Amino acid sequence: MASLKQLCKKPELFSKGHRACAGCGESLAVRQVLLAADQPIVTVMPTGCLEIFSSIYPHSAWQVPMIHTAFETSASTASGVETAYRFHKKMGRMKEDVKFIAFGGDGGTYDIGFQALSGAVERRHKFLYVCTDNEGYMNTGIQRSSATPMGAHTTTSPAGTKIPGKKQHRKDIMEIMIAHDLAYAGQTTVALWNDLVTKVQKALAADGPTFLNVLVPCPLGWQYPGDRTIEVSRLAADTCFWPVYEFDNGRYKINHLPKEKLAVEEFLKPQGRFRHLFTHPEGKDVIAEIQRHIDAKWALLQKKAEVLG
Amino acid sequence: MILAKTGNEAMAYAMKQINPDVVAAYPITPSTEIVQIFSNYVHDGLVDTEFVAVESEHSAMAACIGSAASGCRTMTATASQGLALMHEMLFIAGGLRLPIVVPIASRSLSSPLNIHADHSDSLASRDSGWMQFFCETVEEGYDSLIMAVKMAEKCSLPAIVSIDGFILSHCMERIEALDEQKVRDWLGPYKPNWNLLDLDRPILVGPATLQDYYYEFKRSQIEGMRTALPKVQEVMADFEKTFGRGYGVLEEYRCEDAEAVALLMGSASGDMRQAVDRLREQGGKVGMVKLRVFRPLPHELLRKTLTRFKTVAVLDRADSVNSFVGPLYNEVAASLYGAENQPELLSYVFGLGGKEFSPDDAARILEGALAGRKDETVTYVGVR
Repeated sequence: MASLKQLCKKPELFSKGHRACAGCGESLAVRQVLLAADQPIVTVMPTGCLEIFSSIYPHSAWQVPMIHTAFETSASTASGVETAYRFHKKMGRMKEDVKFIAFGGDGGTYDIGFQALSGAVERRHKFLYVCTDNEGYMNTGIQRSSATPMGAHTTTSPAGTKIPGKKQHRKDIMEIMIAHDLAYAGQTTVALWNDLVTKVQKALAADGPTFLNVLVPCPLGWQYPGDRTIEVSRLAADTCFWPVYEFDNGRYKINHLPKEKLAVEEFLKPQGRFRHLFTHPEGKDVIAEIQRHIDAKWALLQKKAEVLG
Repeated sequence: MILAKTGNEAMAYAMKQINPDVVAAYPITPSTEIVQIFSNYVHDGLVDTEFVAVESEHSAMAACIGSAASGCRTMTATASQGLALMHEMLFIAGGLRLPIVVPIASRSLSSPLNIHADHSDSLASRDSGWMQFFCETVEEGYDSLIMAVKMAEKCSLPAIVSIDGFILSHCMERIEALDEQKVRDWLGPYKPNWNLLDLDRPILVGPATLQDYYYEFKRSQIEGMRTALPKVQEVMADFEKTFGRGYGVLEEYRCEDAEAVALLMGSASGDMRQAVDRLREQGGKVGMVKLRVFRPLPHELLRKTLTRFKTVAVLDRADSVNSFVGPLYNEVAASLYGAENQPELLSYVFGLGGKEFSPDDAARILEGALAGRKDETVTYVGVR
């Protein structure tokens, strides 16, 4: 558990002045993740929004070492950096204990960088991979990814007169990563800053590779006013659209139990990307299917927490 | 020490002597054995190297970049589709000026699938900012790989050392191995210009640049390659001084009074050498120019050398599929443009996908060059 008082005293490792959109969830997540770490950290990021808004030469928002190579290479580049560190340690050339954090959006994590992530984790490189999931390829102008939820309008799954947005459900990246026998994996969202900070600290303390999936609302791609990021983030958790839980050494634990599990419409309504679902002839059915999917996943998660808690 | 080694064994042996800090690699025919043999060295404790058996060549090069950026002497090995899969990352290694060194067993590119020798793989990467060395023999490959480490670090440029797939990678030759300690002393420790893991001086590696800075970064990289040749030559001279055998940027074979010469790279130089001997016995004024360094392109040296001859047959073991000529011809022609006493240039493509290329084929090319005939733009040697 972190206290705001303590966090406020820590130096900002992700500085102000970067070029993210107002209300960007991803920049909040990165700042919180870096604030959570107590040890020296070295970071990696892929090509994407984060890289563009934080590292346009000659400016940098990073107060810690950072390397960016390509879009699909956050985990594979981190493999090399972490291996180099082990070499230096082995040869007595480096004394400090360093933690490694690799970032990736949902594109770089679920899709184009998935192979590199799976490989790096299988090889047990000791690093924390943080997926800042905004449910689409936002940097290229809001295209669908395999993290885009059913029904969402993106520029490659548009809300057409015939087809109302994305036809498929999202990929369950948490379960896929847990299947890699991780010591720790957690899912959370930026509204729950304390949960996020705690998860980062647990992940960095765990042995071996660890994974965090952080829902980061995107005002531009999700089409809501930039001052509602935290509210939308909280609605994702309170509707159980985005279950907040962790997998800690084989034990599932739900970390955020909504006082009252809200209907998914509460999450969908504030967002322009779901607007068509309330007018399209098939919209009702799509919303019903989204709700069914959420309920089924939530019930399964509760069961896991009960049996494997 | 005299050893019998295949090309792959010799490359792996060179890597053992180099003792790189980190190797991240993925197997691919015909270079697989380099990685296999090297992993034995790692598991038997004969090197200090941290070895990462990655899940693809793309990740291999990404990991190599991460490692080299973190202050480690870094190598991998690959070929063909593997180098093609690395393509994106080759440019990033080049742009970041990281001296990663890669032996490749040159092989054709699919489709159709073929595992045998040609230079399509490395030549397709020619604009990625990597130095490229081509070798005629196993021993030359072994020596070149050791030299490439020093050259790469001196120039802050990554380097590819090519031995022809199967023809060299799988054929056993006699090599005179160098003393391991002497090799390690000659190379010395890697002293990076900067290090991501320097916690006292946090840096951002690989920023985004816009219209205002990208060009300047590239211009600086271009300058790095433009000024690399004298440094490459210095290392060659130093190697020769230390180990008692050496190489030039290019090698002239029996060119003294030659009228027609063949210019080529790689193992086929051996066939051409024989053909030159045969024609010389019959009084033919022929010779061979073996090009060892393709990047940096020694254009001034090519111009100076080739303008001495009446005819130059340029042999490409790859084709640009540009409706014109092969990549080596293009570069040679550009090097000669505007020179006085330009030789007549003939273009030959040969040996694609490991197609047999014999001293007889080589002799026919020299005979054609002597006769000065130019039947068509490009002659495709040996194609049915």
